[in-house]
Amino acid sequence: MATTLSFDASSDPILQRRREIQGVATASLKRRKVYSKIAVAVCWAFLGIAIIPLVAVVAYVVIKGLPAWNPDFFTHVTTPEGIAGGGVWNAIVGTAEIGIIATGVAVPLGLSCGLFLAESEGKVAGAVRFTADVMTGVPSITIGIFGYIAIVKNFGYSGLAGAFAIGIVMLPVIVRAGETAFRGVPPTLSEAALALGARKSVIARRVVVPAALPGVITGVLLAVARGLGETAPLLLTVFGNQYMQWNPTKPMNALTLVIFENSSQPYADLIQVAWGAALLLMVVVLVLSIGSRVTAAVLRREKR
Amino acid sequence: MIDPTSPPAVAKEDIGLNTSEVLVDQPAGDPVMRLRNVAVAFAGRTAVRDVTFDVHAGEITALIGPSGSGKTTLLRALNRMQDTVRTASVTGSVQLGDLDVYAPSTDATLLRSRVGMVFQRPNPFPTMSIYENAVAGLRFNGVRKKALLDEAAESALVAAALWDSVRDRLKTHASTLSGGEQQRLCIARALAVEPEVLLMDEPTSALDPIATKRIEELVGELKHRVTIVIVTHNMQQAMRVSDRCAFLLMGEDKAGELIECGPTAKLFSEPTDSRTLDYVNGRFG
Amino acid sequence: MRRGRRFGLSNRAYWGLLVGMAAVFVALVVWYLVSIVVQARPAFSTLGFSWIFSKVWDPTHGRFGLLPFILGTFETTAIALVLAVPIGLGTAIALAHLVPDRLRPPLSTAVELLAAVPSVVYGLWGLIVLAPVFRSTVEPFLSSVLGWTGLFNGPSDGVGLLLAGVILFVMVLPTMVAISRDVLAVVPVEQVEGALALGATKWQVLRKVVVPGARTGILGGFTLAMGRALGETVAVALVIGNSPFIAHSVKAPAATLASLIVNNFGEATGTELAALFGAALVLLVIGISVNALARVLVKSTVRGGAASVAVA
Repeated sequence: MATTLSFDASSDPILQRRREIQGVATASLKRRKVYSKIAVAVCWAFLGIAIIPLVAVVAYVVIKGLPAWNPDFFTHVTTPEGIAGGGVWNAIVGTAEIGIIATGVAVPLGLSCGLFLAESEGKVAGAVRFTADVMTGVPSITIGIFGYIAIVKNFGYSGLAGAFAIGIVMLPVIVRAGETAFRGVPPTLSEAALALGARKSVIARRVVVPAALPGVITGVLLAVARGLGETAPLLLTVFGNQYMQWNPTKPMNALTLVIFENSSQPYADLIQVAWGAALLLMVVVLVLSIGSRVTAAVLRREKR
Repeated sequence: MIDPTSPPAVAKEDIGLNTSEVLVDQPAGDPVMRLRNVAVAFAGRTAVRDVTFDVHAGEITALIGPSGSGKTTLLRALNRMQDTVRTASVTGSVQLGDLDVYAPSTDATLLRSRVGMVFQRPNPFPTMSIYENAVAGLRFNGVRKKALLDEAAESALVAAALWDSVRDRLKTHASTLSGGEQQRLCIARALAVEPEVLLMDEPTSALDPIATKRIEELVGELKHRVTIVIVTHNMQQAMRVSDRCAFLLMGEDKAGELIECGPTAKLFSEPTDSRTLDYVNGRFG
Repeated sequence: MRRGRRFGLSNRAYWGLLVGMAAVFVALVVWYLVSIVVQARPAFSTLGFSWIFSKVWDPTHGRFGLLPFILGTFETTAIALVLAVPIGLGTAIALAHLVPDRLRPPLSTAVELLAAVPSVVYGLWGLIVLAPVFRSTVEPFLSSVLGWTGLFNGPSDGVGLLLAGVILFVMVLPTMVAISRDVLAVVPVEQVEGALALGATKWQVLRKVVVPGARTGILGGFTLAMGRALGETVAVALVIGNSPFIAHSVKAPAATLASLIVNNFGEATGTELAALFGAALVLLVIGISVNALARVLVKSTVRGGAASVAVA
């Protein structure tokens, strides 16, 4: 094997190419690396930008809302501007009642539908699933309009109409979350029960639902958080009420309504109430959201 | 079989020189990579240690040994792929020619244009066409001249025995190729950058026997163009393909170590170490 | 065959119940669609069809046109998306590939919790906190820097298209980030390694391999974000200034279909009310089309379950 080359190796095309490529690679290295560093830094910067609004919103709501929290705030009803001692007690009651009624209707209906989807294949199920998916993103004001058409036109504004609308907002979320939770139950469990001769409804009640419970709770909590935070549907169905109203068949007040109405008023005391209500609402919604995440994490850990 | 040396401007036969002496930058036989006491540890736990051997130009060096002996870990240290693992630390010295691979001044990105890699499972970029895959490495390294891209791609695809079957569909997606063809595309992709060394990590273990055979033939022809280091757990493949073998074995401390390194024929017929003898006789695998 | 509570319903009754519930759900959706179409019909029979694209909304003179609101809807969404796509993608890339493993869950959660804040709270914050800042600092600054584009004419009021767009950006950011991050994170590591082994820099790997590999999902996230922005009502209504005229500047007050409805529904009667139903129908059609497209691109089971549904 010869070791010295009297032949000019650089005429070989591959070696020539190699030299050319290495030349370009070395010459462009600095540019490529700097470019990469800048691009990566921009991504980090954007991450920072994404966190800022969360911090800013939470901070402002806490800073401006906390001063509004006094015993009057929670026990008195809303008052017009200029009258001291106003609170959101009627709004709390309204939000709570509407939330409870909406949840009470949407959860059984939604979970049954979710169970149906979990246990069926085929085009019909696929269409229902697609419908639920699309409905989760539909503008909520149109659902408020639906509530108006369906109920308010015939029966007037009421907490029930609001609950109807909020229920419709929550329904697709519960359906999809329910389906996912039920599908997550290992089929071996229900197969074993079936082999023992149990009826499907019993299997559902005693095997599938309990096993899926963490996932179901996760989904329901998120749906409730979403429902409580809605405003547009309520504007068209519940109308609002200055006074205390325990009867859901009448117009009621709600926290989101108070925030919305007061926000655009030029009176500082009303704005103060709005911040206080915003803080309260945010605390409730964040607790529900975080609670749902915690449940989901527990679920994941248990699965391992 | 397609001539993997691809038509040069001047035929080497005309000048009366042996091809293997010309196409590799260094005279054949000289060490192109030197490993001295190389060790790789993950979070303090050693995975392979005390590896010392040379990789010779124009040869195919096989890293053999049973699973867990650290062959892939060692291979990936040669082109600094272990840099991507946060807990990995590589000690010892790896020299590529006169470049210290692990010196702080050495740029890993540039190193990888000189030391290419082919992986166990074919990994062509699915959103790119065959042509784009072939020139991907060149583009990453800043090459923009279309003439150079085309020339390098064609040469590499010819060398990977893929040119004839894809030349009319270079714009189609790489996912339309079969498994064996995809792996050959990956080989072409690595070759297009004209590396000096090509690392191959069990390149045929995910392929069927026919595709395996084609790639083994390919590898044999490629050594005139690049020095090859191939990891294989298949002894017969090592025997068929390689000029030199490095046998690694896991010790009691679960760290792999180099037992023996030498010309393939000798290693398989009269190994120095009894453990090598046991391995090549199939007493454990 | 024993019936009764002790042993549950028979299999047929059980299945019948489930199918029945699913049917109720579908019936509700159909009722919802039909109601709005039916209520919107008078608007079309009275006003024809092209009124949707008419420029003038003047109920006192009996003139109705939805163009300013359709434009407002799309313009605010456009502003939101122009900001949300780069910032959302960059954040998602950071979360999926740049952030150390330990930090990933808390940071991801922080971004996703943005989605949990009720929209009316965003409206309140936008109006009371951001609007003054926009009026005093942001809009004058942008006018001086970008005035040459002709988009920043007119006075800096604070409220208007720009503020609404920025609020919408904050609201849709979690959607863009969460979905993009998920698809970016599951690009196979073999492809990342393949690119690195060829001599690619980190950004080259991201740009040429990771992001293209995730592009369908990213597009789906983008479409979902668009759907959300198009349908948002109260936050926009509070900060957009509610002007029924076509805006000629990014700083100008405007209105969207949703804000139009929410501001006028309470007192509207007769043709105006019918026109509002018509606006609702238009909004419905837009919202459903965009969301259906998004769902085709993103199967919500990418993330598995509840979390994805709430953010998306």
